[in-house]
Amino acid sequence: MSFRTVEPLEYYRRFLKENCRPDGRELGEFRTTTVNVGSIGTADGSSLVKLGNTTVICGIKAEFGAPPTDAPDKGYVVPNVDLSPLCSWRFRSGPPGEEAQVASQFIADVIENSQIIQKEDLCISSGKLAWVLYCDLICLNHDGNILDACTFALLAALKNVQLPEVTINEETALAEVNLKKKSYLNIRTHPVATSFAVFDDTLLIVDPTEEEEHLATGTLTVVMDEEGKLCCLHKPGGSGLTGAKLQDCMSRAVTRHKEVKKLMDEVFKSMKPK
Amino acid sequence: MAFLDFRGGSGRVQIVSKRRATCGRHSWSPRVGACVQRTHLVRKRALLGGSNKPRLHVGSGAMEGAMQTESKIRADSRTEPGPRGPGCSLRHFACEQNLLSRPDGSASFLQGDTSVLAGVYGPAEVKISKEIFNKATLEVILRPKTGLPGVAEKSRERLIRNTCEAVVLGALHPRTSITVVLQVVSDAGSLLACCLNAACMALVDAGVPMRALFCGVTCALDSDGTLMLDPTAKQEKPQRAEHCWEALRDDHHRGCPSGVEYCALEAPVGATWWDHEARAVLTFALDSVERKLLMSTTKGLYSDAELQQCLAAAQTASTHVFRFYRESLQRRYSKS
Repeated sequence: MSFRTVEPLEYYRRFLKENCRPDGRELGEFRTTTVNVGSIGTADGSSLVKLGNTTVICGIKAEFGAPPTDAPDKGYVVPNVDLSPLCSWRFRSGPPGEEAQVASQFIADVIENSQIIQKEDLCISSGKLAWVLYCDLICLNHDGNILDACTFALLAALKNVQLPEVTINEETALAEVNLKKKSYLNIRTHPVATSFAVFDDTLLIVDPTEEEEHLATGTLTVVMDEEGKLCCLHKPGGSGLTGAKLQDCMSRAVTRHKEVKKLMDEVFKSMKPK
Repeated sequence: MAFLDFRGGSGRVQIVSKRRATCGRHSWSPRVGACVQRTHLVRKRALLGGSNKPRLHVGSGAMEGAMQTESKIRADSRTEPGPRGPGCSLRHFACEQNLLSRPDGSASFLQGDTSVLAGVYGPAEVKISKEIFNKATLEVILRPKTGLPGVAEKSRERLIRNTCEAVVLGALHPRTSITVVLQVVSDAGSLLACCLNAACMALVDAGVPMRALFCGVTCALDSDGTLMLDPTAKQEKPQRAEHCWEALRDDHHRGCPSGVEYCALEAPVGATWWDHEARAVLTFALDSVERKLLMSTTKGLYSDAELQQCLAAAQTASTHVFRFYRESLQRRYSKS
């Protein structure tokens, strides 16, 4: 135990030599993923995702807003990732730190690039009224790989969102909300993120824990949708990778997408009213 | 056409001459602009009489001993068109180093109309809360042209910082801080790549030890899958560009064989013939030793094969950027 504290990198190298990791996983193996949908009653859509110990909960609230003047027939999707002191000793309370801002920007990019929902679907009345979906992703426990967990939580929560029907009354020009008639959002693609950590400039391991992220010399996140198209290749610096290594990452991302899709289909099938 | 340019304060004078170049079939395109040729004038500071030796691994205290040199290098950036058609050349770029007196190193990088000014302070004193016991703490501050820095700037700062951390030999200066400050002067597309280039040149100017140089290259993919390197702001925007000369599009893809006049007459005012909408914009940072991918950030949807294609094109383009770095540094340090 003390060797692990004193020389963490050497400790890890001994495991990596045998092609496995201290928690018993293979280099290309993900931690156990569980997802729970619709747990927050007050939110319009919610989900809880656990990737091993990393826990992220996503709550989506839909409110009214005026569409932007340069795009009068589009609504808004506003993500916000909150990394509070609860999830890790590294974060302090107060304005969002760098990691939270980077994660929020990443989620915003994924929503924008993958076109997960058509913003035109969120428009109620062109130029006057549109839905604004506030997606709050709160990390309850940070054990590495926060981006994968957030993307999955967002996807599951968006699939769970039910928006009531809104009609604009011509005489009063007010919006009338019919809470009895709710409909699901039209989710066009299913982007799934796969994160890798680069060790010693050569080895790539999938789904790093917080300790592994610290010891790694670089990270890489690939977001893929079901047609094999890439929405995002997020590599914030770190050691260099060749094109061939990227290719391996892509194939792993494709397999991961299948796993996640299966899990999501199971969850949503079980939720369907019999 | 030549004019004298007085720099207020230090009294340095430089002679700048401009020459309009006609670079073949692109002469009418706003992309070429003026191929600027500048001579550089080296002027010793009367107080110091220091030698024109490059400063290496110097802390912030020893700034005064250096000579103020200014070398504006004209980059010959009209590269050969790539294998995918006419849109594979980089814009004209230029770099100026050591233009600010307070930072340990500074550089201004120009790519077409995009311009970024970078200053580096370091290795310098670090706050106890931020110090790392065995290496230097790198910090990057990116200021947008207008407005306050927001979440997007934070995200970019993270990207640039991690890229610099991968190449800077921080272990040589433990418990110190190296701060890179970037100011966006003008944004006409490929901003992140320009920031990376400016940061690299500023780090070199400051004499920070690095294991390799790095450069930023941006690729845009349009709806047909055509590659465009170093896109302008118009090309980066994913908007439906109205082509009133649709019929000529095939000719353009084949490389506009009829020549300049044909395109100029038919094209709408202000549009160049590679003004397609961008489906995806990819920015890469590559290192100089093995052209490995250090950083990547992308916008839009694209396939795996297209990614590999863009990466290969970026690697070829980076050779030109690194050659430009080498030439500009050689020119600067050879005038002693």
